[in-house]
Amino acid sequence: MHIGLTHFLVLSAAMFCMGVLCLLSRRNAIGLLMGIELIVNAANINLVAFSHYFGNAVAGQIFALFGIVLAAVGVTVALAIVLALYRTFHKSIEVDSASTLRG
Amino acid sequence: MTYAIMFYALCALILVSSAAVALSTNIIYSAFSLLFAFMGVGLIYAMLSADFLAVTQLILYVGGILVLILFAVMLTFQIEETKRSNQSFSRGLALLTAAGLFALLTAAVLLAPWKPHAGEPPFGPTTAEIGNSLLGAYRLPFEVVSVLLVVGMVGAVVVARKETRER
Repeated sequence: MHIGLTHFLVLSAAMFCMGVLCLLSRRNAIGLLMGIELIVNAANINLVAFSHYFGNAVAGQIFALFGIVLAAVGVTVALAIVLALYRTFHKSIEVDSASTLRG
Repeated sequence: MTYAIMFYALCALILVSSAAVALSTNIIYSAFSLLFAFMGVGLIYAMLSADFLAVTQLILYVGGILVLILFAVMLTFQIEETKRSNQSFSRGLALLTAAGLFALLTAAVLLAPWKPHAGEPPFGPTTAEIGNSLLGAYRLPFEVVSVLLVVGMVGAVVVARKETRER
């Protein structure tokens, strides 16, 4: 049983699809955020797997590191928005209750 | 051999816990399964000889982001009411879309003619090299991302605080 590059890529594809499923089937904002985190993690697995199987070049790992930082920034701002939503829209964080801007 | 067993065990851990994140009806359960998904991904990094990234994943995701998410869940939800925490759209359609996407991605991965370097890929510590590259070839993105962190932090404070302006 040899584990190669494609094994990791398929694992990451499956995790990505779980994230998409989470985004599609939920309507509360924190659930959507969890889906986004799953997707970012799947992308990072791809980057690290490529960097390992193409001569252990360190560039892919640095790219994944920046990805983690960007995800952290995203979570911080998104959770602040969620808390603001909760205050504004009568103790609800379902994304379709926040439709005030709809024309 | 042990490598393969380890890989499939981690696959099972990651896929089961991400499925629980996506499908659980209680948002608290989703948050806790996210913990196991993050840990599984960190161990996958370790299997890909990315030791520094594995530790960073554990510290940042499990210690930071997940705690933040749990805080937000507990601040905003009436946890007892599981009905409120996950009202979903048509779940069948979502499942169908995700399955189709997975088939497409897997076909693309399997059909693409990857040419990885021959032989077993080398295992070794990468922390020193990452540090040197961050302050060498990648110092501009490093600085930009630190500015971005500050901007994100200030933005989060501005968005989350109460409006207390006097008229």
